[in-house]
Amino acid sequence: MASISHGNNASAARLAPQVRITESSTTGSQREAPVRFQISDLNFFYGPKQALFELHLKIPANRVTALIGPSGCGKSTFLRTLNRMNDAVRNARFEGQILLDGQDIRKMDVVGLRRRVGMVFQRPNPFPKSIYDNVAYGLRINGYKGRLSELVEHSLRRAALWEEVKDYLHKSAFALSGGQQQRLCIARALAVDPEVLLLDEPCSALDPVTTAKIEELMFQLKDSCTMVIVTHNMQQAARASDFTAFMLDGKLIEHTETSKLFTTPTDPRTEAYITGRFG
Amino acid sequence: MERHFEHDLEELKQRLLWMGSLAERAVHQAVHAVLDADEHLSETVLSEEDAINEMQIEIDERVQRLLAQVQPMAADLRFLLAVSRINGDLERIGDQAVNIAQSAMRVLRHPQVKPYVDLPRMSELAEAMVRDSLNALVRADVELAESVLQRDDQVDRLRDQLFRELLTYMMENSAVVFPSFELILVAKNLERIGDHATNIAEDVIYFVAGRDVRHPALDRR
Repeated sequence: MASISHGNNASAARLAPQVRITESSTTGSQREAPVRFQISDLNFFYGPKQALFELHLKIPANRVTALIGPSGCGKSTFLRTLNRMNDAVRNARFEGQILLDGQDIRKMDVVGLRRRVGMVFQRPNPFPKSIYDNVAYGLRINGYKGRLSELVEHSLRRAALWEEVKDYLHKSAFALSGGQQQRLCIARALAVDPEVLLLDEPCSALDPVTTAKIEELMFQLKDSCTMVIVTHNMQQAARASDFTAFMLDGKLIEHTETSKLFTTPTDPRTEAYITGRFG
Repeated sequence: MERHFEHDLEELKQRLLWMGSLAERAVHQAVHAVLDADEHLSETVLSEEDAINEMQIEIDERVQRLLAQVQPMAADLRFLLAVSRINGDLERIGDQAVNIAQSAMRVLRHPQVKPYVDLPRMSELAEAMVRDSLNALVRADVELAESVLQRDDQVDRLRDQLFRELLTYMMENSAVVFPSFELILVAKNLERIGDHATNIAEDVIYFVAGRDVRHPALDRR
């Protein structure tokens, strides 16, 4: 079971995180991962309606954390809080604290935050531009002065798309298949080298082969990126994530290593949900 | 919410219990072939072995289908893993019964070495362990499963006792070496049946409580 330890200095921005999470390997030995996001006392409101209640959660760095739970339980709301996407929602507000590498996201410049915490949505949403320009877009608006083509290629390679599109870089992104468009969106998010990638049901519109590609990609990206994925597909959460959090009615019910949650959950509500007895 | 595969899980459990009753009966008949000097019982055990083996294959296929189609989680997953392992243990119990039946046929060619005292006690204990481990599965009863684990030492002690006693007979009279040796094999098979019942009880604890109680000496954190 995961256990948490706290260090002393968590104030400096973009320092190595001081909080660490201990997890067990498949051989039963223990290894440590630093914590990327530390969430405390998080309450979220859409106007008068409260959507999240007293969330306490640590998201380990360079791991995939899956958020599962029935529709309307607050998974996507929580995900969007992590890079303040909900700021754009009228009357939405949150209370409590979200620390990214020890830094309060409320005090951060929102553009800088979203550069560090990228997002991929349920439906692929490429810009009406060429494949190349889709990936270069984020770099241009961030004033990148280096060799754009090299970074575009690098990002497309990281998203496992380069071999399929290298001869058509200036064709419209809309000419790509759904799965390719989703990987293009991931390449676009990766171009600005985010520390965290938030994925909101990224495979729900994709076939199993393309889904497998995205999951393999997530596995490859763990070296350089922390990922949080919202999914309704329990098998996907079991296959692709290291930690899983189960949410219900805006509350966090159980958060532990994926291998434990799907074999021996401790809360009967988790058990009932993942065995299909409700939800 | 009623789940469509609930019926499949229940049916799987019933088939496993049926297999358990076949294995338990085979052990009882095999031991009584020795105790009652009844060769006919040995032949019955040998002829019914195929039924247990067929059940093993049927249960394996049912487990495979449910794993592939339902992709179970949590208690459902633990149940299917436990059934798969228990299935193997019951088949091995059937094999041990066959070994005992074959020993019985050889023992019966000789005069009885000694009055049978420990052998029936051992057999009753081992059979009760198999029966209770399966009852523990039916009732999801961890306490009953734990009581099966505790009884394993009694079977081991009876085996050692019988072994020492038969060794003495063999040292005193070389004419009884062959049937005594066969009786030691019978005791060894009963002791193995106790071990399989213990495995089943451990699987029941894993299924019901999510605790892996095998090899407690290992530090698995």
